[in-house]
Amino acid sequence: MAGAARSNSAIVIFKDVVKQFGHFAAVRGVSAEFSAGRLYAILGDNGAGKTTLLRVLAGLARPTRGVISVLGTSDLKSASREIGYMAHPSLLYDELSAMENLLYFAALYGISKTESCSNAIQEVGLDPALSRPIGQYSQGMCQRLSLARALIHDPKILLLDEPFSNVDVRSAREIASLLGRLRDSGKTLFVVTHQSDLLEGVADQRIWMEGGKIVAREERQ
Amino acid sequence: MSVVRLTAVTLAKDLRLEWRSKDAINSMLFFALLVVVIFSFSFDPNAEESRQIAGGLVWVAFLFSAIVALNQTWAREVRNQVLDAYRISPAPANSMFLAKAIGNFLFVALIELLTTPLFIAFYKLRAIGPAWQLLPTAALGTWALVVNGTFFAAVSLRTRSREIMLPLLLFPISIPAIVGMVNATSSILTGDYSARVWIVLLLTYDVIFTIASFLLFETVLNAE
Repeated sequence: MAGAARSNSAIVIFKDVVKQFGHFAAVRGVSAEFSAGRLYAILGDNGAGKTTLLRVLAGLARPTRGVISVLGTSDLKSASREIGYMAHPSLLYDELSAMENLLYFAALYGISKTESCSNAIQEVGLDPALSRPIGQYSQGMCQRLSLARALIHDPKILLLDEPFSNVDVRSAREIASLLGRLRDSGKTLFVVTHQSDLLEGVADQRIWMEGGKIVAREERQ
Repeated sequence: MSVVRLTAVTLAKDLRLEWRSKDAINSMLFFALLVVVIFSFSFDPNAEESRQIAGGLVWVAFLFSAIVALNQTWAREVRNQVLDAYRISPAPANSMFLAKAIGNFLFVALIELLTTPLFIAFYKLRAIGPAWQLLPTAALGTWALVVNGTFFAAVSLRTRSREIMLPLLLFPISIPAIVGMVNATSSILTGDYSARVWIVLLLTYDVIFTIASFLLFETVLNAE
């Protein structure tokens, strides 16, 4: 299945993308192409521009210069159905239960089936029947639910910012394994992380960023 | 999914959040009660004087109470950066705006319903003019407060001191509406002159600012 899903055609193309905040350039002239059905691990020190690159790709930040093409279109709003984004914060309401959160975010994508939400919660290893507000969840549980939210509309492209942060080792390994399965099902994943060892054997390519630029790309041996 | 359905879903979510936390309602109610009690101790008007000043007092209480609700509803979207999840979805920006405005309208209307009997009791109020006109005055006045308030609360969302910024932005632009609300209420209570012109002013204000907010909200929502 993995082989069938993977393609050499570029699903995401950056052309000389620059993102400036005032005088500070967080992303400096990134030009790169990314193929479908692969898992890209984006690595680099703090302030290297990893998160900004993901936010620009998610459509949350407009590039100051350059063009991003996703699935053949540079209109990221029109491609939003095919992009799932998991940020460092949970992007979830603390006062709602896991199911209430997912039902709301699913509705934003026109999905009203409780079953879809239930499946997404189970897929990340949580219990859909848990009725307590997620404000009472552990950090690891919130991370998993945040991943479920990003997956709820079955996007082709997943952007994950630090999915392993504040998660215990066992949970982190389970999340890494899930990411591998998602890649095998044909999704394209961009994972920003400081824990690249967790993606050992899962990531197809490691991308190193420094000073807002992609400085190296290394294929898995 | 249609704009109406998405608005309903977002409104239901906001009402559920408020039901669980009661942040906005409790603060608004407490503030409005304080205004009623403090003003009643500060002034000791007779029935005629009450009718003259009540319009101003009532709307000042509601205006300041509304500020609390307006800040709270957006504060929830900033916590955990939840607003980003909405921004990256294909859902139209105006669904969120409409849901927030209707939610705020309901919160402020509830506070008005709860505190109006207290105003009547403390200030011994009785309408000499057509009392039924208080209903459109209250509805249009409340909408004027919340539609602008919802919009400017979103504008001030990313500023460092948004609690201060909101009244600074909202009050000057609300002056025509406040003049309309106060004069309409006073004219109904005193019966001295017709409230119709003030009600028409409020209606016109509401139409203009609702359309303007709809047209501009997407830009505000997606501002970095």
